[in-house]
Amino acid sequence: MFEKTGIPSEEMIMGKFPPIERINKGPVAVVECYKEIPCNPCETACRFNAITIGEDINNIPVLSKDNCTGCAICLSKCPGLAIMVIDGSKSDTTVQVKLPYEFLPLPTAGEIVKGLDREGRNLADVKVIQVQNPKSFDRTPVVTIEADRSIMYKIRNIRTEAK
Amino acid sequence: MRIEQHPILQFQKGKKLKFTFNGEEVEGFDGETIAAALHAAGVKVLGRSLFLHRPRGFYCAIGNCSSCLMTVNGRANVKTCVTDLEEGMVVETQEGKGVII
Amino acid sequence: MKQAELLIIGGGPAGLCAAISAASSGASVLVAERNKNLGGQLVKQTHMFFGSEKQYASTRGIDITGILLHELNKYKENVEIMTDTTIVGMFEDGVVTALHKEDNYFKIKPNAVVVATGAFEKALAFPNNDLPGIYGAGAVQTLMNVYGVKPGNKVLMVGAGNIGLIVSYQLMQAGVQVVAILDAAPKIGGYLVHASKIRRMGVPILTSHTVKKAIGKEFLEKAIVCQVDDKFNQVEGTEMEFDVDVMCISVGLTPLNELLSMRGCQMKYVPQLSGMVPLRNDNYETSIENVFAAGDTTGVEEASAAMVEGYLAGLCAAAKIGHMTDDFEERKNDYVKQLESLRSGPVGKHILSGIEQIVIKGEQYV
Repeated sequence: MFEKTGIPSEEMIMGKFPPIERINKGPVAVVECYKEIPCNPCETACRFNAITIGEDINNIPVLSKDNCTGCAICLSKCPGLAIMVIDGSKSDTTVQVKLPYEFLPLPTAGEIVKGLDREGRNLADVKVIQVQNPKSFDRTPVVTIEADRSIMYKIRNIRTEAK
Repeated sequence: MRIEQHPILQFQKGKKLKFTFNGEEVEGFDGETIAAALHAAGVKVLGRSLFLHRPRGFYCAIGNCSSCLMTVNGRANVKTCVTDLEEGMVVETQEGKGVII
Repeated sequence: MKQAELLIIGGGPAGLCAAISAASSGASVLVAERNKNLGGQLVKQTHMFFGSEKQYASTRGIDITGILLHELNKYKENVEIMTDTTIVGMFEDGVVTALHKEDNYFKIKPNAVVVATGAFEKALAFPNNDLPGIYGAGAVQTLMNVYGVKPGNKVLMVGAGNIGLIVSYQLMQAGVQVVAILDAAPKIGGYLVHASKIRRMGVPILTSHTVKKAIGKEFLEKAIVCQVDDKFNQVEGTEMEFDVDVMCISVGLTPLNELLSMRGCQMKYVPQLSGMVPLRNDNYETSIENVFAAGDTTGVEEASAAMVEGYLAGLCAAAKIGHMTDDFEERKNDYVKQLESLRSGPVGKHILSGIEQIVIKGEQYV
């Protein structure tokens, strides 16, 4: 189905998430790259050797959940915008999720935006915690949102409304 | 039809230029093509086909497909998708094959 | 008649890389580009490129032209660039004819040529496919990303290859609504990371669907879409209507091969390479001595592969006309390895099965 719709199955998604114990310890990347393509900037960009692709750049990236610090550098470097960061260490009821977002208007901290799933469906209103857009991210801003734990495996995008 | 804001690009418009399209005054910007200026002004029909006189718009925008040929300053068969707009240009839809002057 | 050591036809990614490679080997290079600007279609690629560092991965296409021009400028004593110059003929005696702007017609006599003319967008046959509002997806990308003009308000994208997926995303970035992406194939042809990126914006991707017809008087007003079966026949009773004022056709590119054909290069139709392509040896030299080809004109691929092919063809063309460098083998092997690496995945296998049909083995001119 994934190759017909572009929507990964639940099993595929869960295979990319680190175990909940790791998520609860602190920020960690979720690398949703499911299909071999010739590409390795995530490996090159990581300063902690947390993503391995290897000699053949078509290999699927493998994340080291122990090396990963959740720094989010790879989010802005992935040409497929396939990476997000999840952090369950801040609260028992919510998680913080960092998502690349290349659309206007860019939200601001404190704003409430629509949280969307992998089909673009509205899941819930979520609060924006932080927006990072330094020059080194090269016009791929990273938005941190706070979402209820019930949607932590579903949320993958946001929508902002024109003011 | 112009993009006001863009997350990746900043459009540096050149100076405003005036030209005519089928006798009516239209505005565009220096540095853009005739077809881009017309499209921004809402003009989609650039010409008519030779035999059935069907409407023609641009198709490839790289000067390959001949769908955007127009008469410019009296000269026929100008590829408007790759020809820069100039102040005072007289741009007309072309009926038929056009005439060499 | 203008003399030139190496003429490079086309100043896109392949041509610019060929120029860098040849000029750095010591050859005098003349680059002829029909547009007013260099960079070819890189000028509208606002997305980050795939590949590895050597092919500028993670850099936006729009920024790669600048990187290449900066590199080329290091060898400026060896480089002449003619923009607004269309090469219109290549003849048996080696003479090449050129048209600068609309009025200045002249001849060039190069020792060798690298043809890097790229590719152009195919059309799709359906009733009323000639209505204004139905545009090549790349054309819409040019209109939006180069000139800052929206193609319309509501778009139907036809084709879920990389260009269809990328342009859909870029339409949304420009504030234009994309109602759906269609593809007649049963699977998405482009990279699935691109597909997922668009899907999570809420845009449906309809595989096994095609355009039944377009409706409109002076321009597109409506599109009728239907399902196709596994033999690509339209299925009656599955019609859907979309109220759209723009349809983007993204059903692939085909090599721009006129000059190579005209020169008499042996050509072959290779579906995996998207059209008629020249036979060539490992050095990207065609069946006509001293006529080289690189990039999409030798088979449609990603721009990252076109750049490496350009570097390789430029290096070999320079060597062929007397500029063999000490590190020739080392550089050549590096480019060959890069191409192997770009082509070792599932998409690359398809390309390789095409390349196998056009490479003349055992003819090492250099």
